[in-house]
Amino acid sequence: MIGFQGAVSEHVSAMERALAGRGSVVEVRRSGVVPDCDGLVLPGGESTTISRHLDRTGTGEEIKHAAGSGVPIMATCAGLVIISSEVERETRFEPLGLLDVKVKRNAFGSQRESFEADLDVAGFQSPYHAVFIRAPAITDRSDTVEVLAEVDGLAVAVREENLIGLAFHPELTTDLRFHDIFLDLVREG
Amino acid sequence: MELDKLRFGTELLKRGFAKMQKGGVIMDVTTSEQAIIAEEAGAVAVMALQAVPADIRKMGGVARMADPKIIQEIIDSVTVPVMAKVRIGHFVEAQILEAIGVDMIDESEVLTPVDEFHVIKSKFTVPFVCGARSLGEALRRIKEGAAMIRTKGEAGTGDVSEAVRHMNLIMGQIRTLEGMNEAELMMTARDIQADYALVCECAEMQRLPVVNFAAGGIATPADAAMMMQMKADGVFVGSGIFKSENPSVMARAIVDAVNNYDDPTKLFEISKGLGDPMKGIDIGTIPEEEKLQARGW
Repeated sequence: MIGFQGAVSEHVSAMERALAGRGSVVEVRRSGVVPDCDGLVLPGGESTTISRHLDRTGTGEEIKHAAGSGVPIMATCAGLVIISSEVERETRFEPLGLLDVKVKRNAFGSQRESFEADLDVAGFQSPYHAVFIRAPAITDRSDTVEVLAEVDGLAVAVREENLIGLAFHPELTTDLRFHDIFLDLVREG
Repeated sequence: MELDKLRFGTELLKRGFAKMQKGGVIMDVTTSEQAIIAEEAGAVAVMALQAVPADIRKMGGVARMADPKIIQEIIDSVTVPVMAKVRIGHFVEAQILEAIGVDMIDESEVLTPVDEFHVIKSKFTVPFVCGARSLGEALRRIKEGAAMIRTKGEAGTGDVSEAVRHMNLIMGQIRTLEGMNEAELMMTARDIQADYALVCECAEMQRLPVVNFAAGGIATPADAAMMMQMKADGVFVGSGIFKSENPSVMARAIVDAVNNYDDPTKLFEISKGLGDPMKGIDIGTIPEEEKLQARGW
């Protein structure tokens, strides 16, 4: 769990519930920990702030290396912005360039426009209740990226090989279906 | 997925927004140039103000919501969330800030209160943060709809002692709830003038049900790290940055200190050679009637 800033404790407890004792979660706030992890989660928070910490600690490079060697990554909200290849109208920080998508920050507006919605997700039997907080959205992607859910024509849940990108916050609700997909990837690895 | 099926301004969205600020530093700024410096240093959000609290103290007179033009300029200059302050009880200033599109409203004792009653925050789509000195005060604000609490401390002084006192008191009061039976919890709710269900929630979770930041007098990386070790979820820094000798260096150092709050060796590196922090005022020299923290109940 990349733990510099944001909804870290919520993500840790959601992941612990999903793991149900079959693994453990560690918070990463310095370099040297990522290489020992079987799966990585980049939580929501403020993307600019988190990316400053990734740069300053060298953790960003470690995440790139892990992703390249096939370690599963689930990135939510700000995490999605960070692992994208391009951020619309952004000059002040470089995303890690792992997931081949272009994202727009605050795609739906400011906090006033934040929303909850029931999403139809590819492969899910029933709708998934999703919480979008100043959420980004995917405005462009390569053909290798599979879209799992959309809002208003914009992709908000995607998968590309070992990478899962979600524009919303699966850690704030009790539905663990995305966690289960991620943990399946970890176990396959 | 159709846009008319979406739900806005729910408790989950408001409290969720505050959770995204955790582990972060929220900085007071008065211009878009300062906002960019703050964002560059790693601030998780900025608080748009007409003047920082230290200057508000010096100027005297009535302190009000900032000029919407300044707030708008700051919103346009950064990608991190922008917060702004309204006077305690001034629900129309709050309506204006919601219309501008600020991400969070601080109903703040730093400005001159207009009413003995606070704004009923649950009526708004935008989330609110409020100051508190005690558990009862924090829970009263949460009952009114606050999605985030911060200690009041004593703003504009650069003296962190009051923030420490308020954090100790709130955390200590929560600890005393542990192991109480229903009758005792009910009695406590009555004594501290707080909602019974919220008191029970604190007893159970052993923390406030919303994100709890430290604020009021934080001026150095060590101050910020101390508040984090005292279990604050993050910190607000008001005058401490732009009243210091070298704002961008101080801003970055405070951000790094919050991230490394439990590592004294790193804190030593971070605290070296930052120039002078804000000069500040010793709390003991401020007459009781001039203390900002006494505003609100």
